[in-house]
This record gives sequence, C-alpha cells and structure tokens, in this order.
Amino acid sequence: MQLIDKNVIAKKRSGRLTLNNAMKWIFFLCTMVGLIVLVTLIVDTLMDAVGYLNMDFLTNFSSSRVESAGFYGAIIGSLWLMFVTVPVAIFLSVATALYLEEYAPKNKVTDFIKINISNLAGVPSVVFGLLGLAIFVRAMAMGNSVLAAGLTLALMILPVIVVSSQEAIRSVPSTVREASIGMGATKWQTVSRIILPAAIPGIITGIILAISRAIGETAPLVVIGVPTTLLVTPDGFLDSFQAMPMQIYAWIKMPQEEFQYLAAAGIIVLLAILILMNSVAIFIRNKFSRRY
Amino acid sequence: MSNYNIQEMIQKNKSNKGAVVEKSIPVILFLITSVSILATIGILYTLISQSLEFFSRESFMTFITSANWSPYGAEPEFGIWALVMGTMKVVAIATVFAVPVGLGAAIYLSEYATERVRKIIKPILEVLAGIPTVVYGFFAINFVTPVLQSIWPEISLYNAISAGLVVGIMIIPMIASLSEDAMSSVPNSMREGSLGMGATRLETTFKIVLPAAVSGIIASIVLAVSRAIGETMIVSIAAGSTPNASLDITSSLQTMTGFIVQITSGDAAYGSSLYFSLFAVGMTLFVMTFTMNIISQWITKRYREEY
Amino acid sequence: MVNIMEANTITKNAGTAVLEDRAHTGTQESAERKPVFKTNNFNLWYGDNHALQDINLRFNQNEVSAIIGPSGCGKSTFVKALNRMVELVPIVRTEGEILYRDQDIFNRKMTVEELRTKVGMVFQKPNPFPKSIYDNVAYGPRVHGIRKKKILDEVVEKSLRDAAIWDEVKDRLNENAYGLSGGQQQRICIARALATEPDVILMDEPTSALDPISTTKVEDLMHELKKNYSIIVVTHNMQQAARVSDTTAFFYQGYVVEHDDTKVIFENPRDQRTEDYVSGRFG
Repeated sequence: MQLIDKNVIAKKRSGRLTLNNAMKWIFFLCTMVGLIVLVTLIVDTLMDAVGYLNMDFLTNFSSSRVESAGFYGAIIGSLWLMFVTVPVAIFLSVATALYLEEYAPKNKVTDFIKINISNLAGVPSVVFGLLGLAIFVRAMAMGNSVLAAGLTLALMILPVIVVSSQEAIRSVPSTVREASIGMGATKWQTVSRIILPAAIPGIITGIILAISRAIGETAPLVVIGVPTTLLVTPDGFLDSFQAMPMQIYAWIKMPQEEFQYLAAAGIIVLLAILILMNSVAIFIRNKFSRRY
Repeated sequence: MSNYNIQEMIQKNKSNKGAVVEKSIPVILFLITSVSILATIGILYTLISQSLEFFSRESFMTFITSANWSPYGAEPEFGIWALVMGTMKVVAIATVFAVPVGLGAAIYLSEYATERVRKIIKPILEVLAGIPTVVYGFFAINFVTPVLQSIWPEISLYNAISAGLVVGIMIIPMIASLSEDAMSSVPNSMREGSLGMGATRLETTFKIVLPAAVSGIIASIVLAVSRAIGETMIVSIAAGSTPNASLDITSSLQTMTGFIVQITSGDAAYGSSLYFSLFAVGMTLFVMTFTMNIISQWITKRYREEY
Repeated sequence: MVNIMEANTITKNAGTAVLEDRAHTGTQESAERKPVFKTNNFNLWYGDNHALQDINLRFNQNEVSAIIGPSGCGKSTFVKALNRMVELVPIVRTEGEILYRDQDIFNRKMTVEELRTKVGMVFQKPNPFPKSIYDNVAYGPRVHGIRKKKILDEVVEKSLRDAAIWDEVKDRLNENAYGLSGGQQQRICIARALATEPDVILMDEPTSALDPISTTKVEDLMHELKKNYSIIVVTHNMQQAARVSDTTAFFYQGYVVEHDDTKVIFENPRDQRTEDYVSGRFG
C-alpha cells in the first residue's frame, strides 16, 4: 500500500513553482520601492531647484524677497554648529565606548548604563529639543546660540557614536590584546596604543554617519528657536545662527510658490554635502577594513 | 649581543607615574560615561518638572480624557486625545504601508538576492535612511500630495495619508535592514533541511525562516513604530495644524510632534500655559516611544533565538 | 640546590598516582641546571572546574622544556599561569605557589607588568598588531619607556635577526605586518617577544597554525634561542617535543603524570599512560 500518491504531488508542483516565482518578483518590487523613491525624490527636487541653484544662492544671506534670498548664512551657521557638536560628541562617546568595552565591570551599574544608552537612542529628536530649550536655552541662559544647539545635537547623536564605536572596539581581536598584555604593557597602554588605533577606522565611519544625521536634523533646532532670517554669520559660540535644515523648513512653510524652489535648491546643497560625507565614510570603511 | 641592556633600561624607567595613570583612567572614563545618564536625568527632569507646572494650571483630568485641543483664547482646553489621534492616524498609515514593503524587501535580500545584488541594495537603503526628514517633508507636500490629489481630488492640501505614506517610506529601511538581520541569522542548515525535501524558497521562507526569525522581526516593527511616533518634520510640513480626533484621513490634523514645532516656531510666551503645555505633550510622546522601545528590547531579549 | 625535591612526590588525587619530578635529579650535571620556574602544589579552578591539580614542576635556565598532553589536559592553562595571563579570565582562582627565580609571582611585590616583561609569550595563532613591522617589534621597549630612535633601531634589528627573519623583512620594515605570511608573522611575534630581552619565553603551541616549512624554521629558532633564553613550549605535536626539548612534562586531565628528560619520556617512560600517549595510542 502506498501512503503517498505521487501523482497528486506532481500535479501540485507546477502551481507551487509559479507562486514561488511570482512572489519572488513581488519581493523584488518591495526592495525597489526604496530606489524608486530615492530617484523620484532627487529628480523632482532637482527639477524644482534648477533655476535657483547658482552662485548668488550660495553667497547671499536669507531674505524675504525671492530674488535676493540665499543659503550663505545657513551654510556657515551649520558649520559653526558642527564645530560644537562634533568635538563634544566625539569626546563623550568614544570615552563612553572605551569605558563600556574595556573597563566596565560586569554589574548592575554597567547594565543600567547600557540600557540607558539604548533608550536614549530611541528618544525622539524633538524631545532632545525640549531638553535643550529648558536646560541650555533657559536654565543656563545660553539663548538660541550655537552653543545651546550644538550641545543639544551632541547629546542626540551620542548614543549613535557610542554604539558604533563599541562595535569597532569589539572587532579588535582579543589575541592582539593578549599579545600586548603578555609583553607587560599596562591596560591603558594596550588600550591607547593598540586597541584604539586599530578601531579608529570603524569609529570614524560611525562618527561621520552620526554627523551627517546631526547636520540634517531640524526638529531640535525649531524647538530651540533657531532664527530663519538673519543677516550676519556668528562671531562666537554664544551668537545666534542659521542652519541649513532650518532654512529649508522656513522656505517650505512660505506661502509663495517661489520659495519652494529655493527650498529645493537648499535641499540639493544639503544632500550633496551628505552624499559627500557618506562617500568618505564608505571609503574609509573599505580602505581600512582589516583582515585579522 | 646588543650594546644595550634592555631589561636594565626597563627597570630604570619604572615609575609611579604609570600607576597613577592606570588608576585614574577608569575613573575619568566612568565620569564621562555618566554624562549619558545625566542626559536621561535631564530629559526626565525637564519633562516632569515642566509638566507638573502645566498641570498646576490646567486640569490633568481634561488632559487625559478630552479630545478637544484648543490651546488659544481666553478659555483654552487641553485634551491630548486630539493630538494622540492625529499621531495614531499617521502612524497607522505608515505602518500599514511600511511593514509589508519592508518585510518583502527583507525577504528578498535575505532569501533570494545574490551577494552582488545585496551589495548594491544595502547602501541604497542606508542612503534612504540618512535623508533628513525635512527633505521627506518637502517631498510629501510638493510631490506625494499633488499626485494623490490628482487621483483623489477630495484630499486637502494637508492630510494624514500623504504624511503617513512618507513616514512609512522613512521607516522602510529600518524594518528592512533589522528584519533582514534577524532572517540572515537563521542558520542555513535549517533552510537546507526544508529545501532538501523539495520545498520551494517561498515555502521555506514562510514555514521555516519567518517563524524562526519572528521575534527579531516584531522587535524591528515595534522600533519602527516608535520612530514613526516621534517623527516630527514630515508631519509638521504635510499633515497640517488642525488638532482633531476624527478618523478622517483626507483632511488636516495635528500630531503631538507637530504641535511642539508649531508652538516653538512661533512665540509661546515663556511662562504661559501654552509654553508649559509643550512639555506635557513632550512627556506623553516620551512615555509612548519609551514604552515601545522597552517592548522592543524585551522581545529581543526574551525571545532571542538560540541556534 | 640540587636534590631538593620540591616535587615531593606521589600525591594521591582521585586515585591518580603522580610520579615525582625526576627531570632534575637525573644523571649528569644537574648542579649546573639552574631553575627559572618552580611550582609548589599549584592548583587552578575555572569556576568549579578544577583545571590544574597539585602541579609540582621545575623548569631550568637555558633549556627548552616541552609540555605535552591531550587537548583539555590543562597544558595551555598552565603555561598561561606562569605569566599570569590566565587571570584575564575573570572566574579563575589559584592556590599554591609559582616561584620565578625564587620569587612568588603572586606576591604583591612583583607587579604583573614586571613579571610579563621578564617572562615573554608567543601565542598559538600569529597575532601581530595592525602596525608596521618596525612598530610591532619596537612596541615592547616603547611601552616600557625606551624612546630613543637609535636604541630602538638597534633593538629591532637584533630581535629580527635573532628571530631569523631580518633578511626577509629588512627592506620593508614600515609595511604592515599583516602583509606577511603566517610563518613570517609568527617569527615577527617571536621577535616582538625578544625585543624586551625577557628571561623566559613561553610558547603556547607556536607552530599549530603554521605550515611544515615554517614549523621547521621556528623549531630551529628555539634551538638557537635557548643559548640566551629559557623556553617553555606547549605542543600538541610529540615529534616536535622530541626534536626540540631537553625535558618534557606530560599533562593528563589536569595532573602532571610524568616530568623527565625528554629522552626518558619518549624512550623509557615510567607511567603506562605516558607510554600510551607518546606511542600515539590516544590523544
């Protein structure tokens, strides 16, 4: 007696294969959604931007008149912002990652710190803005300055850099660590001369990606009250400033249609900077990825 | 032999300075590490103290029960449900759109794609994830909304559906790449067991891989929903600023994040109820996203697959 | 000095008779065989796992001492205990003494860094630092505060010469050590260990990741090095132990079954298990 009817199996087979093939194409389409959106977004924005993207746009300050409005103040302001955010974020995050990976004892405090950092990574950026508004702008009376916004963004990207630095440090093989310790090098000598240099490409990649997130971040700047019409660039870290995403947002919100084109031009500049930074990150990642 | 006696020189170089450095480094690093805790304390302190200030002026009961959010005028009413509903509508649309597409992409990348295709597509997803949300907002209002209006003319300029779709696009890379990670970590031996019996890729995916990776996939979706709840610029630009608790997805609404942006970009006089209401809304937002993040972490930890 | 039997013999451990350490009471010139390491009833636990039990051994200056045994017998653990590298595993606990030049290595007077400067180590897999060849070899002197370029240059050259790799790398000292073959990398690691001019060099299966030709080179090197250094080598390869070592200790399930001159261990062992092992009947 045969329990299985081979004919039934054979008959069903072609249907199963067709379904498999059809679904394969559907899954492929899902994957392509991202690419399609990316291309549409860039082409659509470029078409809006094309008449407005010129030297004047890059060298003029913001203005309520479309003809003379430019992105200069926003570009310089974003640079100032990064001069605060980047060093503060790097200093705090890399030290935190080193502590967690190399020194932290296995105990409740360490667990708490780790959970805390992963939760901090999930806090919406607008809430970081509220923190900045209440603490830096109001309580510490920094106003809507470069310093207040820079510190806010530094705290926002801290968890991102911590996590990527931790991964980079963890990927340094323990055999190399043992070799250094086995020669009588102290813990800190091993960390500072072997582990950190070996992890640096990974750390830098993470830092660049985090900066590119910070440079395009808008919500915290709105909450802090970064101005959108300013005819000077800052002279110091306690001065007001403009920022690229903030300026783009202000233009999008303008009722006249021409400002949408300015926004598009601003977006193209911002995206160009981001793509440049991402390329550098990818270049570093590929160039220095080590064979252990 | 060398002209130098290295061991002798090493002995001579021994100093106490090193020992002091060794002892102090971990302490210094720990102090810097605690800044991350200070940040959390700062957030909690800000939200709680300012919210308490708000509730000393306005009714807490109204806040959590009313669906009428009209913060201006002589008799303002602060009913958070109007804003929560706005957020929920956008998040629901985003999720309905992004989950199938994100999972489809994850399945393709993990189960069907060749290594070469994967190497091309993954960076594209990374780029997509790195686009500033203000750019997505521009895309929503200047491209998606007009396209939708040409199909469906009743849609107003500000609406939930356009904002929801674009928020969905924003979270697709997150769902796709985290779910792909979960599926890729299912060992090949399990797939081979199924394929070896003549099952198709599709059957193997749905009967073997997805069930094995389900906890990672759910965790990724929960995390993406949390991200959608906190998304600010897209909704500020494309969803409007009309708080209401209706289920209508074609007309203007306001989300929690949208409210915060609207008030802070104008002048909420410092010390007014309107100013403090920012923090009460922020607190609600924080509690919601925090809960989702904890759930996501709990799922990952509780159901971590051991292969 | 001579006939003091630190290894005072026939300890009973779960029915396993342990023979006394005969390696140094042996026939000739034992008066000249100065010890560098002695262990007295040394025990080690990984958590609840009693990995090393009542180890009583003695290793001599300017000799190659081999440690053999089946995998999991504790031989690697033991050699890592000699420079306290084993303490990198947090759950490790030890009892008993290890004397380096008559000083207890667990004594507070000697820091681990000082011990490891004098007792260098070469690992199972070549593990150069991701730095240039020069920086790899100069690493040890540098961390110990020697910074003069002239001295470093000389130390690097001498160490590379002693490790028999100078001719192969002298023109590319500034290239990354990862560009070298596995056998060359291992000799760089040996040069790196030599650069601090240690007293003892511990080698933990130094050739297990190498091809036969590189293995021969490293074995020849051990022969050369014992003129100036004392070498303790763990090996899973019995022919290697027979070829390079002066004395051999046989470890089995955490005990030392037998320690004697290599000739005796391989030709005339006293314990049946040693004989079974060296004749390839298990392990």
